Amino acid sequence: MSNKKQPRIIKVAGPVVVAEGMAGARMYDVVRVGNLALIGEIVELNADLASIQVYEETTGIGPGEPVVNTEAPLSVELGPGLIESIYDGIQRPLDLLVKKEGEFMSRGSVLPGLSRKKKWHFKPTIKNGQLVEPGDIIGEVPETTLVTQKIMIPPAVSGTIQKIAEGDYTVEQTIAVCVSEDGTETELKLMQKCPVRSPRQVIKRLAPNSALLTGQRVIDAFFPIAKGGTACVPGPFGTGKTVVQHQLAKWVDADIVVYVGCGERGNEMTDVLIEFPELKEPRSGEPLMKRSVLIANTSNMPVAAREASVYTGITIAEYFRDMGYIVALMADSTSRWAEAMREISTRLEEMPAEEGYPAYLAARIAAFYERAGRVKCFGKPEREGTLSIIGAVSPPGGDLSDSVVQATLHVVKVFWSLIGRLAYQRHFPAIDWLTSYSFYKEHLKYCFEDKEQGLEMEQMTVQAMSLLEQEAELLEIVRLVGAEALSPRDRLTLETARSIREDFLHQNAFHKVDTHTSITKQYEMLKTILHFEKAALAAIDAGVETAEIFKLAIREDIARAKYIPEEEINKITEIRQKIDEQMKQLKIADRV
Amino acid sequence: MLSVKEYQTVASISGPLMLVEMVDEAKYGHIVDIELPDGSLRHGQILQVEKDKVLLQVFEGTRGIDVDNSTVRFLARPLELAVSPDILGRVFSGLGEPKDDGPPIIPEKRLDINGSPINPDARDYPNEFIQTGISTIDGLNPLVRGQKLPVFSGSGLPHDNITAQLARQATVLGKGEEFAVVFTAMGITFEAAQFFINDLQETGAIERAVMFLNLANDPAIERIATPRFALTAAEYLAFELDMHVLVILNDMTNYCEALREISAARKEVPGRRGYPGYLYTNLASVYERAGRIKGKKGSITLVPVLTMPEDDKTHPVPDLTGYITEGQIILSRPLHRKAISPPVDVLPSLSRLKDKGIGEGKTREDHADLYNQLYAAYARGKEAQELATIMGEAALSEEDKKYMEFANKFEDRYVSQDYYENRTVEQTLDLGWELLSMFENVELKRIDIKLIEKYMPRFRKQKKSN
Repeated sequence: MSNKKQPRIIKVAGPVVVAEGMAGARMYDVVRVGNLALIGEIVELNADLASIQVYEETTGIGPGEPVVNTEAPLSVELGPGLIESIYDGIQRPLDLLVKKEGEFMSRGSVLPGLSRKKKWHFKPTIKNGQLVEPGDIIGEVPETTLVTQKIMIPPAVSGTIQKIAEGDYTVEQTIAVCVSEDGTETELKLMQKCPVRSPRQVIKRLAPNSALLTGQRVIDAFFPIAKGGTACVPGPFGTGKTVVQHQLAKWVDADIVVYVGCGERGNEMTDVLIEFPELKEPRSGEPLMKRSVLIANTSNMPVAAREASVYTGITIAEYFRDMGYIVALMADSTSRWAEAMREISTRLEEMPAEEGYPAYLAARIAAFYERAGRVKCFGKPEREGTLSIIGAVSPPGGDLSDSVVQATLHVVKVFWSLIGRLAYQRHFPAIDWLTSYSFYKEHLKYCFEDKEQGLEMEQMTVQAMSLLEQEAELLEIVRLVGAEALSPRDRLTLETARSIREDFLHQNAFHKVDTHTSITKQYEMLKTILHFEKAALAAIDAGVETAEIFKLAIREDIARAKYIPEEEINKITEIRQKIDEQMKQLKIADRV
Repeated sequence: MLSVKEYQTVASISGPLMLVEMVDEAKYGHIVDIELPDGSLRHGQILQVEKDKVLLQVFEGTRGIDVDNSTVRFLARPLELAVSPDILGRVFSGLGEPKDDGPPIIPEKRLDINGSPINPDARDYPNEFIQTGISTIDGLNPLVRGQKLPVFSGSGLPHDNITAQLARQATVLGKGEEFAVVFTAMGITFEAAQFFINDLQETGAIERAVMFLNLANDPAIERIATPRFALTAAEYLAFELDMHVLVILNDMTNYCEALREISAARKEVPGRRGYPGYLYTNLASVYERAGRIKGKKGSITLVPVLTMPEDDKTHPVPDLTGYITEGQIILSRPLHRKAISPPVDVLPSLSRLKDKGIGEGKTREDHADLYNQLYAAYARGKEAQELATIMGEAALSEEDKKYMEFANKFEDRYVSQDYYENRTVEQTLDLGWELLSMFENVELKRIDIKLIEKYMPRFRKQKKSN
């Protein structure tokens, strides 16, 4: 077609570029913009004009420069090599970019998401001549010491497998051929490409049925998240959203962790990069990095790539879910993602809804969280995978009426509310026990091998929560009439609630032992605190002064129980015996 | 290579913006010179290009520019700063031109002031403790090299004294490395700038300083470029000349107001309080230039100062800043009224990178537990103080009274210090122990019992002998 106009830029306004001569282009096709060949994506079409959001800084770009349409949607490469990688928002490996381009990000550079050179050992799990359908697992690649990647038949491919053989392959070499009924041959490779903006298909979605343990006491015991569940962590700055996210990424009881640093601080990503290879995963003792994929699009990196980063992350997460793994995705922070949407929307001159956010904000947020879940995956062997999403939200001024918070709360099932007051007291994690909630509480009891213990834990958390609620009411009274007016029983309630707060809920992320607590230890700790209350109640009824009870030396042991290593967990049981002994002595002393 | 082209086709001027038509080959982000009929020059930058129409922002304002007789010269390059080792000790305007009596800078090279984002994988983690000699910072909110720690202040609060003290006293323990200070003034008064310059002169630090001054009476739009000039100079000093650079940006509120002015003139949809929706991203492109890079000796530590309108921390400027920076030092008006200086509001202040910069081998093993305990005790004391103002001291329980006494002592002795008092980190830590010695061991839940046994006895004895 010689009379077709060459695609050319006609307008540049920040991250949005308009090009003419784009007839035939499709929405969300990837294009290369200008002489520098910057990467962009079509977000609006109007006759032969296309508006393009550009994933890189557009300074120095001007009208007249060429635009090339790649005619493919924004996709990620899926296959061996994902684990232990660190990518930017559009799956460019950041570590390789440093080697290629230097310490500062340069523009227009292209590097594939998966290494083309590295060879992986592929071991088939099926034989030649077998019939396969999309999603069927045909073999395995041991990727790291913690993760074995299952190689699956890509969507829309089915037929008879031929030429499958064990061996060492790069991601582009053919590992087998699939011959369909009509005789067309498809070469199967270790790598497949998948567009990021639409969810990967599953047979059906199931309701979550078990808790995803995190080793964080306030979360596991009071506001648990489920495997396949969704949670959000909103809070003003300085309340520890990122620390909560990092703690979850470190200690969550999942097979795969995808961490998306979306528009946040560069130094925080560095922290993850330095810590993850050093920290050990509690179950296997292997470095955490061996199960993690990191996506880092820091706040000063181009805003359009930030918009794409959460989709890149979730598509990678879905890929592992489809292998039948338990996957957890952390997105820090979804507010920055929403702001990126707002910025693009403004440049497109769309009519804004609340606070300048586009009208489709809530729909996009809901669609993102809906990609979480417990699912029945396509293909043989039959398997279930789960994908949990934990999104941080950074509302302006900590105001929970913010559009992003509200849109998120409509869809998520767990809400960890971080508040400034607790953070100022250095009570971390600063999760407010009175306003947070979880719809997955009933799954907690199944985390115990001993069914009785599970039921007891459930009942203890209810009791502890009610003590905390009573505390809030009693503190109101104290504020009005002073502490003297309280009955001994009420004073005990206040002390027990304080003990729950300081000795159980408060958890030091930077302490070697305290950073992670197994569910059994949580059970023991809570039981001890409540045991003290019970024993103290009996003592009060026997006429012992509350001041005497509160002075008991055993209280220091309760306070320090959190620092008892997991191996010496029986020491916590001993504390309960000591409580009984010391209370007994009190009663005797009282009688004398 | 694009050549310089001249146009006399100004179509319209409105506020700080100017529209030029029939332009060939204009590039987004490039700069222009505008020549007025009387021969004077203004500077501008391209905000948007659409076909042959170019929208410019004029840094010095558009007063006196006319549509018919002005000439616009397209320079085909972004804003650049000429750098060489000679920039040390010099004073520049807000647009990076020498402003003192010194000779012009012979450039070693010219750098685009927008810089490029540091690849997150190339960053090195900031973990070298900087001793500032200020207890509330060293003891409770330690600053580390490569951190960005803003001072949230208000009108009439002594942030100038604190930043001057920081510039004067900041050292890394046990090392005599090359340092430099980049002082950036955005819309502050001549007096405030002069106070800082005099202070640097008295200590001789002026030789190691680079200044970019856009004062209150300088063009407001120029302020958008000023911090970028300063950070470009800082990057050059840090990553090419291996220096440890402390950058002070004073005052970011004025910077954001200039940004709002441009946004309003462009008729963009405003976000909160009229600030543009991209304020977060824009601020990040300034703040995130701080840091360390693997394999490079130098570092950029950033201390932005901002005045919170009506001391409101939820105002968009402090709010978005807090979301980007690694903590904040907040100044408190009530403390200032009580004549406590520096009036650092300890509870909401925070240094996010503290945990990596302190502890054994860096400061002292007891540092982390100690500040956790001090915070917890002070928070409780503060609550008691508030209770006492409502119901009178008599209504407090014995325990509350004790914590209130602690809070008062803490403010008088720990928070309060002279602007010229340079406390070592050991002095600060010991002071913490001394103050905590009024509590029983059982009450010090946040401190490892072994540390209490090791450090506390010294102070308990002292107390008894008194």
